[in-house]
Formats: sequence, C-alpha cells, structure tokens
Amino acid sequence: MDKISENEHLVIIGNGIAGVTLAQRVRQQSDCRITLVSAESRLHFSRTALMYVYMGHMRFQDIVPYADWYWQEKKIELVHDYVERVKTSEKRLVLRDGGPLPYDKLVLATGSRASYYDWPGQTLKGVQGLVSLQDLELMEANTACTQQAVIVGGGLIGVEMAEMLRSRGIAVTMLIRDKLYWHNVLPAEEAQLVTNHIRQHGIELLLQEELQEILADDSGRVRAIRTRRGQELTCQFVGITTGVKPNVDFLKDAGIAIDRGILVNEFFETSQTDVYAISDCAQFRNSAPGQPMMEQLWYTGRLHAEALAATLLGNRKPYQRGPWFNSAKFFDIEYQTYGTVPAQFTEQHASLYWQNEAATKAIRLLYDKETAKLLGINLLGIRYRHDLCHHWLQQGYTLHRVVQELPAVNFDPEFFQRYEEELLRQYYTRFPEQQPPVKHSSWWDLRKQFGLFSNSTSC
Amino acid sequence: MPTTVISHQAEAPVKESHHALKVAGLLLISIGLLGILVASVGADYISPVLTGLGGTLVLTMGALLYIWQSRQYKSPAEQNQGMWQRQATSRGASAWVIGFVLTGFYVLLYWFPDTLQGLIQAMEPLSQWLRNRPSDQWFLYGTFYTLAVLVMGVYALLKYRTSRYHIIRTLSVMFFQLGFAFLLPGLLLLFNKPEYYFSYFWPLKYDYLFPGTVDYLIRDGAALGVFMVFWGAVFSFLATPVLTYFYGKRWYCSWVCGCGGLAETAGDPYRHLSDKSRKAWRWEVAIIYPILGFVILTTLFLWINSWSEGRLLGNLSGGFAQTYGFFIGAMFSGVIGVGFYPLMGNRVWCRFGCPMAAYLGLLQKYFSRFRITTNGGQCISCGNCSTYCEMGIDVRWYAQQGKPIIRASCVGCGICAHVCPRGVLKLENGPQENRYAGSPLIRRDDLRILS
Repeated sequence: MDKISENEHLVIIGNGIAGVTLAQRVRQQSDCRITLVSAESRLHFSRTALMYVYMGHMRFQDIVPYADWYWQEKKIELVHDYVERVKTSEKRLVLRDGGPLPYDKLVLATGSRASYYDWPGQTLKGVQGLVSLQDLELMEANTACTQQAVIVGGGLIGVEMAEMLRSRGIAVTMLIRDKLYWHNVLPAEEAQLVTNHIRQHGIELLLQEELQEILADDSGRVRAIRTRRGQELTCQFVGITTGVKPNVDFLKDAGIAIDRGILVNEFFETSQTDVYAISDCAQFRNSAPGQPMMEQLWYTGRLHAEALAATLLGNRKPYQRGPWFNSAKFFDIEYQTYGTVPAQFTEQHASLYWQNEAATKAIRLLYDKETAKLLGINLLGIRYRHDLCHHWLQQGYTLHRVVQELPAVNFDPEFFQRYEEELLRQYYTRFPEQQPPVKHSSWWDLRKQFGLFSNSTSC
Repeated sequence: MPTTVISHQAEAPVKESHHALKVAGLLLISIGLLGILVASVGADYISPVLTGLGGTLVLTMGALLYIWQSRQYKSPAEQNQGMWQRQATSRGASAWVIGFVLTGFYVLLYWFPDTLQGLIQAMEPLSQWLRNRPSDQWFLYGTFYTLAVLVMGVYALLKYRTSRYHIIRTLSVMFFQLGFAFLLPGLLLLFNKPEYYFSYFWPLKYDYLFPGTVDYLIRDGAALGVFMVFWGAVFSFLATPVLTYFYGKRWYCSWVCGCGGLAETAGDPYRHLSDKSRKAWRWEVAIIYPILGFVILTTLFLWINSWSEGRLLGNLSGGFAQTYGFFIGAMFSGVIGVGFYPLMGNRVWCRFGCPMAAYLGLLQKYFSRFRITTNGGQCISCGNCSTYCEMGIDVRWYAQQGKPIIRASCVGCGICAHVCPRGVLKLENGPQENRYAGSPLIRRDDLRILS
C-alpha cells in the first residue's frame, strides 16, 4: 500500500489511546489532513485514570495528557460529535450535530462498553458499568446517596470500582464467579494473595457466586440483588464489571463485516477498502494460535495504532504484538506481568515462586520443564524492568540465562529491600549443578550490551 | 428457596474511637492557637511565656495527635484521596484564609517585628537556654519554622511510610533543619561564635560569600571563622558540582535544604497545586536564571568594590545587595514562597526564585548521572506523576513516551515514582552515555515541550 498522500483525509473515530496514538504517529511522517471524532469528550483523556477523578486524587483536566495547544501545533482537527452512520459507498460520515464528514481513509477506534448478560432488572436506576466518561458522571450521580453497593464480576474494573466506592465509605460486596478473585488470569497463589488483600480493605467477596436478578424499589431504583444461590443483598448501587463488548452498533448498515467486533486481518483492514479498525472494537479473523481474537487493553490499543500507522505510512507489515505485558493495581499492591503465565499450569510448566511473609509481595518465574525456557513472569508488589524482561522473552532465554542477569532486572526505588536472593536460593537448590556467576552485570552494562534503548535523544 | 440477607459488617465502633481522638487533637490545636493569640495581644495581663510557649507546646501535641489519627488508618494508596475535593487543599475558602494568614505573618515579621513582641517574649526561656541571649523575631521565626518541619515531617513519614526512600529522605530534612539550621547556630551563639548555617550556601545564602561577611567571620571567629568561610566556599564551588554529578540536585534540594525541608513536610499537602502549563515553565526560566545572574553580579561588584576600596563602584554595589535582599530574600522567598503555599503549591520559591536551584539545575541538566527512568512502555498516561510534581514538571509527557525525565528543575523528591499506580518511574544514577535515550518499546513524539 502507498503512503497516505498529503491531500488525503484521514478520519479516526474514537479519541482513546488507540485513536490518538494513530493520529500522532501518522502526523509524524505525513502532512495529510487528520480528524479525530469523539462523542465522549472533546479532548483525549486517560481512561485508566477515571477512578482517580472520583477519588479526588485528580481533577478531570489532570487526566488530559495533551492540552489544546498540542492539537493545534500538530494540526490534528478535533470534532466533538456522535457518528450516526458510516456511508462507505460515499466515503463519508453522518454526524448527529455537524454536517457530513468526508474521508479518504477511515479508522474505527470506537472502543467498548460494559457487557450485560440479560439479567432481570439490569436497566434499573443505579445499575451501571464503568468505561466511559459518561459512566463516571453517572456513577457520581448514582452513588450520591449510596450506602451499600454490589459489584458483579471479579476483574480489573471490578476492583477499581470497589476502591472508588470504598473511598466514599460505601460498603462493597463483590460477586465473583471463580473460586478466587481474577483466578481466570492469575495462578492460585497470586489469586489467593490478591483475594486476601482485597478482603483486608473491607470488601466483602462472595466467591463462586453470580447475579440472578436485580430488584427494584417503588421508584424504579435498585433496592437489592438476588444471587444464584438465593442470597438477597440490600444495595442502592450495582456495578456491572463482567467484561466489555465493542461499540459497533452504529455500523449496522455500513456494509462492514462484524462478528462480536469489527472483523480485521493482521493489517487491521476491514471488509471495506480504506476502512480500518483497531483496539477494543476490532476482532481478528485469524488470530495466531494461542493469541486472543480480541485485545482490549490500554497497551494493545497503543500497539495496534503503532502498527496501523506504519501501514498507512506505506510500510505495510503485519501486526506482531511481541511478548505480552500488562500491569494493574489492587488497592496497595501493584501487579506486573511479562510473557505468558496461565492461570492453570500443565505438566510442562514449572516455576520459581516466592512471596513474603506478610503476603504483599510475590515473584513468579514460569519456565518450561523440559527446555528450561522462560515463559513468563508475574510480579506483585515488586517492579521489574520492562526492557530487560522483554529482551529475555524475545530472545528465548532459558531460566539459567535469566538467573545470570536477575539482579539487574529490579526496578524498585532506591533503598528498597531486594528479594532476588530468595529466588536465587530456590534456584540453586533446584539446580545444584548450576554455578553462580563470578559477578552479576549491572543494568547499565546489560542495557549497553544489548542496545536496550532507542536512538532518539529528543527531550 | 431460603433467602438470607447479608448485613454489611459495621466498622462503626473502631471508627468512633478514631474520630474521638481526632477531635481531641483538634481541640488541643485550638487551645494552642488561642494561647498563641493571647501571648501576642495580652502580654500585659498574663505571662506570654505561659500562653505563648505553652500554647505552642499544646498546638504541637494536638497536631501530632490529629496527624497520627488521620494518617495511620489510611493505606498507602488512599493517602491522596480527596485532595482535590477538600477546601484546604484545593484552593477553597480555608486555603485562602491560611494563605492570607501566612502571608500576613511574613509581612509582620519582615517589616513590623514590633507587633510580634508578645510572641518574641514567649520564646525568651528557650532562647536563653539555647543561645544565652534574648529572643528576637528571627529566633521566633526559626522556632516556628523548625516545629513546622518536625511536626509535618511526622505527617510525611506516616503518609509515605511504605517507602524507604521517603522515610530516609524525610528524616534527613528533619535532621538538617533541627540540627544544622536551628540547634547548631544557636549553640554557636551560646559560645559567642558567629551565627552560621552549615547547611546553606552561596548563592542561596548569597551574603555568605560577600566581602563583608567573609571579613566579619575571619575577624570575629578566628580559626572557626576561617573554617566557616572555607566550608562555604568548598560547598559552593567544589562539593556542589561533585555531589550533583553523582546524585543530581536532590542531594541538596530534597535532602538538606531548609526551604526544601519545609516544602517537603509542611508543604506536602499542597504539592499538586503547582502550575504544569507550558506558560508556567516559560515564566520559570525567565525569572530564575536572571536571579542567579543577579546574585553573581552582586557578589562580583561587592568584591571589586572591596578590592578597589570603594573607588571603582562606590555605593552602587551596596545598593545592588540591598535591592536583592529586599526583593528576593524577603519578598520572594518568604512572603510569596511560603505564604502562597495553599494557593500556588509548595515550591514557588524553589521553582521560580532560588538561585541555588538554578545553579544546581544547570549542573543536573548537563553534568550529572541522575535521571528518572521510565519503565518501558508501561505508562498509562494517568497523570498522577504530573499532578503531584511540586516543581510543575509534566512528568507524564516523558513517561508516556518511554523517555527518561531529565529536567533542570527536578528536585528528586521521588513522589512521582511513589504515586504512579503502575510503578513506571525510578530515580536513579547511571552513566551519562545514552542518558537521554528512551525505551525501545514505545514510539515517541518529536515535538519539544520546552520551547
């Protein structure tokens, strides 16, 4: 594909991290006209930071990473409007308030919203998810007189919502389908650690429990919920955090192939020429084995956008995500993961696992039993260097090679206690034939040796 | 189907005892404040020592009790809750009152010290005990200042109790304020030596290298005075570049300096109020470097004048020094620098006015191993780092592009790394080679914000 030309118009629907990153990267190498359309907010904001606005750590303007001057200097046009329809045959968008918007290339980065599972009473007042800015405003209104809340779902948005509600002194009960919190992602030890920590923060967890129905009071507001097992919980607020689904309703008559999300190939091309889809709203037609059909993270949104930007700029390459990584925070405990650590291990998996006595910190190095190849790293309450972990996974390090460089990977602040020695002790007990290195390389040596830095020096 | 109703566990009894202790703390604070008020206006009716010094003691105890109760039950992640929702920390009515009172106190202190006679007398026993000489307005100020650093130091220790970096750093500023900026200068006076602050250096303490001061120290202090001049000169011209090369500006600004000490303790609840706009940065460079130039020129003029015995420049250099002392030493560092804490944040002086910060900043930017590293592509652009940067640096701008943060103004307090919910930032010292290079895991912007 040719590079997008100067007189072409690139229209991006959605100004989340994916849409914005795409606009930025294309602008870096092209003078084409770029328009960002969003119904949610005029300026891009950090979705992951909505919780901090509710808790009073920041104001809304503080979670806006780029001020007005940035968009003007970058010549990226911002349209705050809702796209009613996409007319692919005429290559233009129908907006709710403004006139029709023609495009040469269209990128759909419309994100997602909370998904509901047809529970009785799910449309009552006081029942909501938390994805958009409007959800936050609604939550502000819905929780004004709330004393008890129930959160349905044991994922990352669920624990965020719990933390938000606790900051206002609201009693919170979470319904979690699994045996432990987030056990569909975390292995048992990590899940247990986090489950206990959430409980210590005064959240009531009902494990292996699901929502049956939501009960209304006379005014049409939620007054209680009933669980599968028949418990009735009084509450004035119900948070639905059982996952998200793509925002694709407005594309019904656009002639774009849709399954759950907008179907795309590895170049993010949809079934219509010159129409692309990235991030939460996109669904891969042929995802690589072991890889998800949909990637709905902040980080993957950015990675999709960087890959598509290269294609639009004439450097057509299929999307290859590289080693997985993610991070989150459960109240006080930070979580980082690199590579693939499944929730359930098979016979091929073995790991070095350490956690402190207070159960606030944990490290897991997962490796293949046969080849000793490093598969993934889970960290709770401890920070590792992304650049080095990525390098290990990308280069297919064995555990033995990883151990040689282990002390250089720690990213905790200065003066913090280091726990790598505990892991090393475990390692040398398990592999007595392995010899410790004479001297461990420092991060700076390895950084230089492997070239783990960009060549850009603009600051 | 049996239906059970789960009642939410009430935490009421525990909460109530916290609340009672908090109220007790507030009561003591009020009694203390009343005592101080009586000391300043009613010295003719009742001993100001009893009301003033006693009031200060009661106020200190009340403040410690209140701080203890309001911080220890908050988990580390909860410490900044409500910062932008409470009046006192979001430029609400009470913030303006505190700002006006603090500013007013500085105006009285600098220009109308007689009005503070009652309070000055209240500190008399303390002054006699420590320094063996009568109390004056500067002793009163030093006492209040040190107490503020110590009491609010406890606040910072509790607030950041899970971070060893912040515990050690906070203890350091408390130690240097109490030992080097309060007790030691007092003891020097007790032994009839020149009063000298070993933790302040030219160009911040600009007159320490003025010919008049040097002359006085050497004449009156004999061997100790010579040591003081030597100490000051070595720190200004040798130790400062060397320490800044290895550790960045932070060794001074957020570990030793008294102004920094107050900002990091008493000023901590106001750190998010600093202006992060590009315009603020432009003001910053337009003010702080000329001030550094002004101090250098003034010092040079004074020495030229001294060597030429006043023939070359006459009274001009003295006028220069007086002008600086009034506008920068008094107006800026005191009245605006501290008085405006609740309105403009806790580092107004350090950011816009301090010549030492300018000097250290230039060293940090160009001759230092210090940087704040961004961890790969982990930033989620949430903005906590920028919001809680007391120097008004848009930390997020760099972090979301995987770049290291190397800024002249960064005082290395480390709060950005502490409030980051993903642990993306780390203060560290490393080789200068490739110091500005970012992570290879993220594409970055070519636009510069500092222009």
